[in-house]
Amino acid sequence: MTTTTAAPTRPRISLQRKRQRYGWFYVTPFLAIFALFFIVPLGYAAWMSLFSSTLAGGSQFAGLGNYVRAFTDPLFIGGIGRVAAFGLVMIPAQLIVAITAALVLDTLATTLSKISRLLIFAPYAIPVVVGALMWSFLYSPRFGPASTIFEWFGMAAPDFLSSSAIFGSLVNIVTWQWAGYYMIIVYAALRSVDPAIYEAARIDGANGFHIAMRIKVPMISSSMVMVITFALIGTLQFFTEPVVLRSMAAGAIDSAYTPNMYAYALAFQYSQFNYASAIAFSLGILVFIGSFIFLFFTRKQSGLK
Amino acid sequence: MALTTNTPIDSHTTTTGLSSRINRGAGRANRLGGRRIGSHVFLLILAFYFFIPLWWLFVASTKSTGELFGSPAFWFADITNFATNVQGLFMHDGGIYWRWLGNSFLYALAGGLGATILAVLAGYGFAKYSFRGRGAVFGVVLGSVMVPLTALVVPTFVLLSEVGLINTPWAVILPSLLNPFGVYLMRIYTQDAVPDEMLEASRIDGAGEWRTFWQVSLPLLRPAIVTVFLLAVVQQWNNFFLPLAVLTDPDLLPVTVGLNRWTALSNAGAGGEQVWNLITSGAFISVVPLLLSFLLLQRYWQGGLAIGSIK
Repeated sequence: MTTTTAAPTRPRISLQRKRQRYGWFYVTPFLAIFALFFIVPLGYAAWMSLFSSTLAGGSQFAGLGNYVRAFTDPLFIGGIGRVAAFGLVMIPAQLIVAITAALVLDTLATTLSKISRLLIFAPYAIPVVVGALMWSFLYSPRFGPASTIFEWFGMAAPDFLSSSAIFGSLVNIVTWQWAGYYMIIVYAALRSVDPAIYEAARIDGANGFHIAMRIKVPMISSSMVMVITFALIGTLQFFTEPVVLRSMAAGAIDSAYTPNMYAYALAFQYSQFNYASAIAFSLGILVFIGSFIFLFFTRKQSGLK
Repeated sequence: MALTTNTPIDSHTTTTGLSSRINRGAGRANRLGGRRIGSHVFLLILAFYFFIPLWWLFVASTKSTGELFGSPAFWFADITNFATNVQGLFMHDGGIYWRWLGNSFLYALAGGLGATILAVLAGYGFAKYSFRGRGAVFGVVLGSVMVPLTALVVPTFVLLSEVGLINTPWAVILPSLLNPFGVYLMRIYTQDAVPDEMLEASRIDGAGEWRTFWQVSLPLLRPAIVTVFLLAVVQQWNNFFLPLAVLTDPDLLPVTVGLNRWTALSNAGAGGEQVWNLITSGAFISVVPLLLSFLLLQRYWQGGLAIGSIK
């Protein structure tokens, strides 16, 4: 039994197999919760989405009727388009801030850099609701803090809560809240790179910029995949920030601003649970296809054995 | 990866591989020094951007409603008003704010603890046993991260109301035990941190599977456990969508939903409900516990957050 290379005999194979089965013992508690609060609700929502209910006629089988309605519903399509636009702006914004900050921090070891690292990360510890509340105060023309900053630089402040500016205002909140978290992930990945590689590159004549672009960025690709995945999921699920800002900027954000908000309003304000489920599922299908394609092309970096 | 988590984050070497102190005296000092100033200015600007809203919240929490609208936004007016505001938090609606804060603690700690225990067990099972169906099950679990919240919250609400759990703390705590990302982190970490040889040795010494897990593996997983717990608590402390849907009783709300409710009422201009000063001081107080725990647990999360991102 001391060597594992010896030709396995029959009883040992079965012992090994038996032991592997022990794995179920560890994963079952989680799988029970997974079944109860993921599989069952999802199955139930799929079921609900196939029916339509009216006050007069009760519940009726509608087949894919709700889905046809969803993909021709201008409110839903509008929300999808808006979220796609947010993704195109928000994900690069968060990524650029996070990666530049991490690259700069990686070359410094001063008290200032240590403090900055903590300050940049701090917004992650703030609940999203409180973060959004705070920014809605800052944006508010009645309180005036953001306009004060513009005045310091001698500029006229825009109306951050108007319908033309709200897109940028929301991008700013999300970047503020999450860039620091992503920065820490990227930074930790950078710290794990052996500095001897940089030394070798330097001898070969590479400067700091070359090292950053040609060595550091490729070496942390797996953490970048992780960060982009997080940012992607976060963007597609966009809900809390626009909901909170809505009470300050009612004219600029309607109840169907994002697909998640639309489904929420349908379910909890108009009690249209069937159609809400269909909307949520349609979004789910789009999210799933998108993430699957992304993860398929980056599977080498995912770090799973 | 185990190396990263154990290496103090500040045992620092510069790009030249020398410690920064030695490097400063090197021949290229001038050029490097110049670049460092640029880097520091860049960091200062970033730090300013990320910090100024928090500073504003701190200052605002010390102001009366009148001062919020009337005094300079980024500096204190009459600082003693912080005490007045805290007093107001005890008075308004019978001190419901403190109840909300207590609820947040309860939901975050109960949900976070439960989710962590489940994630540690499952992550270990997935990492160290190749039982039949492992790949498929894990794939489904990982894919679940992608499902939009509404797709879950809407049917969860209907199902919970059918078993009579709506408007109870269980409606928030039970669904939050589901933490697929925690399972993913624990699996990735366990793969490297617990060598198969060690498990084999323990088995040869006659320890059972459970005892091996408890006495050999668990101590090795400590850094990851702290990280997963911290992330689960943050997620739960942040939770907004689920409690918004499943709780209507004001006494059960977590502080996030409660503060949002006050803001909506104040914005609606309801006369007796304009409590801007209580919103700012309440928000500030609700932010302190997490900020403090991140500050105190720096050593753990800074390495731990990299789990899964490093190969």
